[in-house]
Amino acid sequence: MSLLEVKGLTKRFGETEVLKGIDYTQERGEVVSIIGSSGGGKTTFLRCLNFLERADAGTVQIGDDCRFDAEKKYSEKEMRSFRLRFGMVFQSFHLFPQYTVLENVRMPLWLRVDETLKQTLRGRELRAKREEAKAECRTKAEELLAEVGLSEKKNAYPCELSGGQCQRVAIARALALSPDILCFDEPTSALDPELTGEVLRVIRALKEQGRTMIVVTHEMGFARRVSDRVVFMANGGIEEMGTPEEVFDRPKSPLTRAFLSASLEEDFKA
Amino acid sequence: MSFASINALLLEGFGTTCLLFLLTLVLSIPLGVVVMFGSVCPFRPVRYLTRTFVWIIRGTPLMLQLFVVFYVPGMLFRIQLFPGENGRFIAALVAFVINYACYFSEIYRGGIQSIPRGQYEAAKALGMTRTETFFRVILMQVVKRILAPISNEVMTLVKDTSLARVISVAEIFYVNQVYILSKAIIWPLFYIGVFFLVFIGILTLLFRYLEKKLSYYQI
Repeated sequence: MSLLEVKGLTKRFGETEVLKGIDYTQERGEVVSIIGSSGGGKTTFLRCLNFLERADAGTVQIGDDCRFDAEKKYSEKEMRSFRLRFGMVFQSFHLFPQYTVLENVRMPLWLRVDETLKQTLRGRELRAKREEAKAECRTKAEELLAEVGLSEKKNAYPCELSGGQCQRVAIARALALSPDILCFDEPTSALDPELTGEVLRVIRALKEQGRTMIVVTHEMGFARRVSDRVVFMANGGIEEMGTPEEVFDRPKSPLTRAFLSASLEEDFKA
Repeated sequence: MSFASINALLLEGFGTTCLLFLLTLVLSIPLGVVVMFGSVCPFRPVRYLTRTFVWIIRGTPLMLQLFVVFYVPGMLFRIQLFPGENGRFIAALVAFVINYACYFSEIYRGGIQSIPRGQYEAAKALGMTRTETFFRVILMQVVKRILAPISNEVMTLVKDTSLARVISVAEIFYVNQVYILSKAIIWPLFYIGVFFLVFIGILTLLFRYLEKKLSYYQI
């Protein structure tokens, strides 16, 4: 069974239908790039997937134990548990400026660990376990920072980092909660060109570890080299989907061809 | 009148001024939070009612509000809302607290609404509850942003306390007017000026210190 199964995902903003009933599946360990021109629904698709937006219709099935149906009502708590299945890395990082790099990664993790502990334990047992868990969270945060190569910056504040470093912290922060699927919303679009490399390298290393990822991107070279599958979205639907070779070298749809030649032209100009 | 006796009178007036200032601050800062939540309440009647109230309070002179709070209950309903020795002081305090809570509420609202949506979304994506988001992520950023406008308001409050004399609260100007100015002694006026300058000076240093404390990060 696939890790992620989406059926008929629909989203309207007022009168405009931004997502028109999207069907989509993704296997565990697969890396998928979503490309397409702005306004095509890429970002909205990602945001509906990880429940930052609530879809108007359709279902999202994650693994075999977690199923979201837009027809049904869910409590705030259930929605939070859905969201935790996904990690999200934003275009402009959204780190918490008042916390150090380490705290940015540790604090959200600790909040969830603490919540679980409080639900299961009481009294002295809870206090003892909390101390232990606190140390574990810290260790895990430090390990993740080491993984993205920012150990020596752990006591710095986000305002002291470059954009690329911020984005790497944001990746570590998303990984801390051990999501099933990691989503990237144009992770390099807010970065200077010379800084995109370090972020893309981290994403590539994550692929090597077998992480399941969805990357909305404008970096065609990256999409071709790193992804197992490329999805081209246009007008609120999936226009074309296939291996990088299929989509980039032998696109079937005229829309894909037009988009690719336009973006290649841009690359050429640059 | 001797210097010592004038001095004693003025100091007593200072005491009332300081007390009015401190109590107003301590009460209106939290009350402002309540008013702020009212003015952003998703339930429309509450929101409109609060916003109208804030409009009235910010739209009329504080002096008028002092008169209304102190005299109107008695004139309309024949009840004495603020009886006793401290009645006038309490009436002034009530008027000040309501007035400043409304101003603070608007500063808070501006501060909260200036926090980028991305902060909320990041917190949401990390599975935080609303309470956690507010206290762990938003609050400290709001405090940093509103410190400068709050310091303005606080300094205005120091000087606004002198309005309490219109309902005969024995704050510094009232004391000056009733006991001293009538005897054609001029120097206490400058004395009062120095008092306010020192008071504001201390507040300036305090806020500068707070700002420095919060300058370890940038938003």
